[in-house]
Amino acid sequence: MNQWKNFSKGFFKENAVFTLLLGMCPALGVTSSAINGLGMGLATTFVLVMANIVVSLVKNFIPDKVRIPAFIVVIATFVTVVEMVMQAYTPALFEALGLFIPLIVVNCLVLGRAEAFASKNTVGSSVIDGAGMGLGFAMALTMLGGVRELLGSGHFFGLAIYPEDYGMLVFVLAPGAFIALGYLIAIINRFKKA
Amino acid sequence: MSYFLIIISAIFVNNIVLAQFLGICPFLGVSKRISTGIGMTGAVTFVMVIATIVTWLIQNTILIPFGVTYLQTISFILVIASLVQLVEIVMKKVSPPLYQALGVFLPLITTNCAILGVAIMTVSKEFNIVEAVVFSMASAVGFGLALITFAGIREQLDLMNIPKGMQGAPIALVVAGILALAFMGFAGMV
Repeated sequence: MNQWKNFSKGFFKENAVFTLLLGMCPALGVTSSAINGLGMGLATTFVLVMANIVVSLVKNFIPDKVRIPAFIVVIATFVTVVEMVMQAYTPALFEALGLFIPLIVVNCLVLGRAEAFASKNTVGSSVIDGAGMGLGFAMALTMLGGVRELLGSGHFFGLAIYPEDYGMLVFVLAPGAFIALGYLIAIINRFKKA
Repeated sequence: MSYFLIIISAIFVNNIVLAQFLGICPFLGVSKRISTGIGMTGAVTFVMVIATIVTWLIQNTILIPFGVTYLQTISFILVIASLVQLVEIVMKKVSPPLYQALGVFLPLITTNCAILGVAIMTVSKEFNIVEAVVFSMASAVGFGLALITFAGIREQLDLMNIPKGMQGAPIALVVAGILALAFMGFAGMV
């Protein structure tokens, strides 16, 4: 397969959040600001790429029947690594993302790519696939976080754009996550058809 | 904390789907019909309570005494994955009607983050075993309440005239947002 196509499909055509509706829990849960969304997206990208590498390396040694538990163990290992690294180097982000870091394990996107792509393809294309899907996920989370932060508190990446008093608080809270994502998907659908 | 407060908090104030964003995938995926919503709720309740008890025991009898709490994520997910398989096998053998009703939902539950999320929350809130059972049960009821309400609304939505761009996922998400807005009315109660 054309490697560029393999990489870029994660951004629009098969974007995890906007098109496939995978990984919705972190997409809605941590995107109260753009920086949180970006952090979560990059953490997921790391797990995705590493899990894809390992799965594509060991795919021939794992019996078919136990492949799902085996994949889960691989993913959980890298999630634990990310958890420890973030706790040590970015404690503020670690606090903000909280429960959602261990929950990368059950992000359907990661297991989905391991099962659907890495277990059938070479290491090289699995890395590219993981990076593309992961960065597409990070992009979606950053967009959603940016929109919510801008509408909710008048900030963008922590930079004040307009006074906070004019912000619509609801967009930083739970309902705003659903509504903002709903409209973002509607807008993207509109552009895709055009 | 009194049990009553745990129950009210888990069902309404900190609703697992609409306030904590756990279990969104089944919330959006199996909410097209009320009947499938009820089936999913039953399966989730069943697995969530058992998984919480088992992971609580693992945390307090193995991970903490041996000082290996960093293995929490990996051990919990393994336990939950094998537990789901086990429940499926036992249910098939012991109660075929129950298996008929809930069977199709069981494999989906392994990657339902609500199960792992509740297990981790129970541990991090340092509940005792009775509180853990009450909390997991109330969380499952909260999940069911949100899911079945949402399914009821979506059944009505099928009959509506929706702008083309909003059809499918977008309108479902906006409806979920309005539902979450309604649940926000409970904020500050506990």
